[in-house]
Amino acid sequence: MQINKLQVEAIRSGSVIDHIPANIGFKLLSLFRFTETEKRITIGLNLPSKKLGKKDIIKIENTFLSDDQINQLAIYSPYATVNYINEYNLVEKIFPTLPETINRILICPNSNCVSNHNFITSSFIFKKDKFENIHLKCQYCEKEFSKNIVLSYQ
Amino acid sequence: MRNSLYKKSIISINDLKRKELELVLNKSFSLKKKPEPNLLKNKIIASCFFEASTRTRLSFETAIYRLGATMVGFSDGNNISLKKKGETLADTISVISSYVDGIIIRHPQEGSARLAVEFSNKIPIFNAGDGANQHPTQTLLDLFTIQETQNRLTHLNIAMVGDLKYGRTVHSLTQALAKFNNNKFFFISPDALIMPNHINDMLDKKEIYWKRYKNIEEVISEIDILYMTRIQKERLDSTEYTNEKSKFVLHTQTLKNARDNLKILHPLPRIDEIDRDVDNTPYAWYFKQAANGIYARQAILSLVLIEQHS
Repeated sequence: MQINKLQVEAIRSGSVIDHIPANIGFKLLSLFRFTETEKRITIGLNLPSKKLGKKDIIKIENTFLSDDQINQLAIYSPYATVNYINEYNLVEKIFPTLPETINRILICPNSNCVSNHNFITSSFIFKKDKFENIHLKCQYCEKEFSKNIVLSYQ
Repeated sequence: MRNSLYKKSIISINDLKRKELELVLNKSFSLKKKPEPNLLKNKIIASCFFEASTRTRLSFETAIYRLGATMVGFSDGNNISLKKKGETLADTISVISSYVDGIIIRHPQEGSARLAVEFSNKIPIFNAGDGANQHPTQTLLDLFTIQETQNRLTHLNIAMVGDLKYGRTVHSLTQALAKFNNNKFFFISPDALIMPNHINDMLDKKEIYWKRYKNIEEVISEIDILYMTRIQKERLDSTEYTNEKSKFVLHTQTLKNARDNLKILHPLPRIDEIDRDVDNTPYAWYFKQAANGIYARQAILSLVLIEQHS
């Protein structure tokens, strides 16, 4: 913990997304449009992690994530935690869980899906098959894809 | 009597509950028996065909006229000014919805009907086919024909033959028949065109019997409905197509052990998967099935646009 503090500057107030798998940090920044804010953002890449070996970390000042954003993190970072900081103290720790639906941030791999042609946001629902594998079903074209296919399509 | 389909958009067969399917079928029977030429007398319905589809369009348009409604619209999306000026589908639907009581949409992109609902200002949308996705009124006319020929939608053995991978009609019909009790499914297709996993998984979840078979002869003596589809040449390589094709062509001799009540259905167009001689057997029902499209579409239009039905 001490090591991380030294490597990534502490924030006074805001959100810390921790335990992001290495190399996913940048992806999250763009997918969740964190960079579109004027808030100060600090990112640490390839930090040592007991859980993951290597991890990324994102700190956003004076910003608290919505429930939707937190749950959407679970798709990319099943072990991520979201820590809310106030006056340099941890005030809440949240463990994301998979949402029922995910809107906007993914792209439907079906090139003929209307969501790829009409300036609208995508919308997927999560489904599990009998082997507990996660699938995403596009709410427009009704096609189902395995989670990895959708994530690798971005 | 008030009905649950009133003002509801008809986008996917999955959106309809069993009771709603039964409501449509009952109304279809009623309209076939006793036409109601003035039922939609004061309604204006838009028929928006962004891609060509002669049969579905003519069937919908006939249904509109048989109910006394007025129709506006277009039959070729490439020749409308909206397309030429680059207007989005969302804006097009938004504009048309301010003119009419209901919008029938056929569009090459999958999910377009669902998108249209978001921009139609609560004017009901009727999906007349969105790409390879859904074509709910085809399924309704299939169900209507099955019920009409078998007097039930339960305890049926249904064989589906041909392109089960890409054929949206067989997907939707399986999903719809799975809402009724004790139906069994026999899937017959080349290896490259088998029923997708999500359909098989759905049947497994509901503990509904399904099995793959290699040819029609294996099941002909057990089935009530033989639902033929076209094997699309372009989906298989030419050698595979030549090898496989003969297994899935229906000849009169294939029918020698058929049950008396067997009916052969096909969403049409038929190419060469049903021998012309089969047309003269009592089992051939595909042209009557197509004719039933008028009643099923009249039923769905009237249930969505009129709240009270006698």
